[in-house]
Amino acid sequence: MSETDTVAGRESARPATGGRTAEPAGPRRAGDRRPYWTARRRDQLTGYLFITPQLLGSAVFVILPLILVVWYSLHEWNVLAGTFDYVGAENYQALADDTNLPGVLKATGLFSIGLVIFNLALALLLAVLLNQRLRGSIVFRTLFFSPVVVSLVAWTIVWGFLLQDNGGINGLLDTIGVDGPNWLRGETTAMLSVIVVQVFKNVGLNMVLFLAALQGVPGELYEAAEVDGASRMRQFWRITVPLISPTILLTSIITVVGSLQVFAQIAVLTQGGPGTSTTVLVYYLYQQAFQFHHFGYGATLSIVLFAIVLALTVLQWQMRKRWVFHES
Amino acid sequence: MKTGKGLRVTAAALAGMVALAACGGGDDAADSGPATLRMTVWTANEAHLKLFNEIADEYKKTHSNIAEIKFDPLPFDNYTTTLTTQIAGGNAPDLAWIFENSAPDFVSSGALLPLDETLKKTEGYGYDDLSPATLKLWQDGGKLYAYPFSTSPFGVFVNTDLLKKAGQKTPAELIAAGQWNWTNALAAASAANAATGKAGIVIRDFDYKGWDNLSTYFTGWGAQAWSADGKTCGFTSPEMVDAMTTLHKAIFVDKAMPGPGTTADFFAGEAAMTVTQISRASLLKKDGFGWDLVPLPAGPKGNYSVVGQAGLGVLKKSKHAQAAADFLAYFTNATNSAKLAQFFPPPRQSQLTAETLAKTNPTLTPEQLQKVVIDGITNGVVKPNHAGQAELSQQVRASLDPLWKADADVKAVLDGVCTKIQPLLAK
Repeated sequence: MSETDTVAGRESARPATGGRTAEPAGPRRAGDRRPYWTARRRDQLTGYLFITPQLLGSAVFVILPLILVVWYSLHEWNVLAGTFDYVGAENYQALADDTNLPGVLKATGLFSIGLVIFNLALALLLAVLLNQRLRGSIVFRTLFFSPVVVSLVAWTIVWGFLLQDNGGINGLLDTIGVDGPNWLRGETTAMLSVIVVQVFKNVGLNMVLFLAALQGVPGELYEAAEVDGASRMRQFWRITVPLISPTILLTSIITVVGSLQVFAQIAVLTQGGPGTSTTVLVYYLYQQAFQFHHFGYGATLSIVLFAIVLALTVLQWQMRKRWVFHES
Repeated sequence: MKTGKGLRVTAAALAGMVALAACGGGDDAADSGPATLRMTVWTANEAHLKLFNEIADEYKKTHSNIAEIKFDPLPFDNYTTTLTTQIAGGNAPDLAWIFENSAPDFVSSGALLPLDETLKKTEGYGYDDLSPATLKLWQDGGKLYAYPFSTSPFGVFVNTDLLKKAGQKTPAELIAAGQWNWTNALAAASAANAATGKAGIVIRDFDYKGWDNLSTYFTGWGAQAWSADGKTCGFTSPEMVDAMTTLHKAIFVDKAMPGPGTTADFFAGEAAMTVTQISRASLLKKDGFGWDLVPLPAGPKGNYSVVGQAGLGVLKKSKHAQAAADFLAYFTNATNSAKLAQFFPPPRQSQLTAETLAKTNPTLTPEQLQKVVIDGITNGVVKPNHAGQAELSQQVRASLDPLWKADADVKAVLDGVCTKIQPLLAK
């Protein structure tokens, strides 16, 4: 019997309901050999073949680096000397003894909090405004979204010029009689500057997501609320926010994770200064690994970063029961 | 058993991944056929690259074992970081330029191939012609690990048009009167700023971050970042406090230097003077402003000179290390050294004459070459360098940041620098 016949014969044994029962009904006789290439196995193979490229990609570019980072964190790697020595938990001990780390975590926290608040608030405000039926709203949407597609480094370099002591921002302030600060040289203003540069870069992405969510809110709910005499503000808090809460959750996760990975803006604008006021965790990790050649310690710091991102994402995901009122 | 099968599958997958990862390495792989050499450099200047390629093309004519020689310009700001990242990633170049500030790390780590034998056995090389003083930074255990292809003293480029417009004496006039010192240089810079609105004097590449460039200034006070043995911090010395107090006043009171966050490019005509190396002369425009090149002003401790050095080494990890060393010997032989001298002052004693250098430096007069280049190399001290310099530099930069404010307490800031770096120096 050919394989085709076998498969065809087994296919005919399927129930007419279209169920996926793989085993033929009835007692099996001794000496009977079940065909290996059953339809179920064939379907499984097809499925695995389809996901193989993605699995391979994930294994090589996600899982393997993750494993290697843990491996590196247990070693001291002197790139120049070409030595790679097992040091056990020494790098983790160094983490506990690192006097710079509290300041780095504080800067990271300040940046993330500032970015999340400014970004989400501005994105929602812009989305609400651009959701109105106004003339030219498409042009404004395009304008606000355009920084998202601009090269990050080019964007940051331009802002670097604007934020100089004699740059464009202070020039504008000067025209209204305000003596602007030296934005990138003051500890508070430097952090604020980096946050603002990042907010303007990516606010368009969250704005578009909010806009899409706002357009999914049924109009009749507002009509009913108006009939009941609800104010615009009440409508916003009682109808809009609950119905777009899944998008608020999504954007907050994306923004928090993104904020913890900020690098280019710091490298171009402040290089972690003044002092160490803008040395966030990713930049500190880069310094340790690539500038100071402490690759093992850099790997240990990257595990800390991974743990923070994971913990915050899980926390946000768990809190969705409180935040998200409407989830499809 | 399902678990056992799962484990086997996982193990096989990991083995495959490790094999895949291993494919990316191949540092020690045997290599056959004509070699392709790659040299990392931190210049993208067309004139520099043109000269390098001419020398490489000439070399290839007589060396059939070399298929190609590539010069790979890396960004100046992150040069060493990029280079070490390439080495870590298994993509080490065959030859590399190395800054003086990372020389101790490269030389002592064993990353570089010793060059003595190759250079000495190369016919007509003239190894003994190399000035011993210029080799010091690049030697360890009596062996030479990099050739100091550029020993470049810092001088002051002057926009004479701007100074005259501000009614100031030019540095040449001050030198003639025996008055070329930092007090007068800063006064002239301050006056130029007040009269023209342009910047006074700029220490190029400092930009309130690259503090080691300030050694071109504080060395005049006899100050050092750390002691000669590298064990003791020098930022709290009376000489350093005096130097930095003067500098702080020059920036924030007299406006002799542009303040933090303000850029002014001398070569674009935005500053009266700049402290930099002669290789930057190539940035001067032919029909631009009137200019001069003079030695560094004298400090309270008298005349002095500071040199920046660059070494050229062969990476041991190179697949063609010996071929690369042979090319290095050709690249830096007497003939090519004379050609390179137009941009990079050579370590060869026979070529350190105003007459020789003038042949390849048409923009500079013999007098400029003698006073700035030759005297500078003879008497100069090398910019600060130390093992683990990147970490030290970062700590100094961060600790010095509070100094760049109008109301800074100079002594307290400098005390803070030493508190931060002394543990690193003591290691």
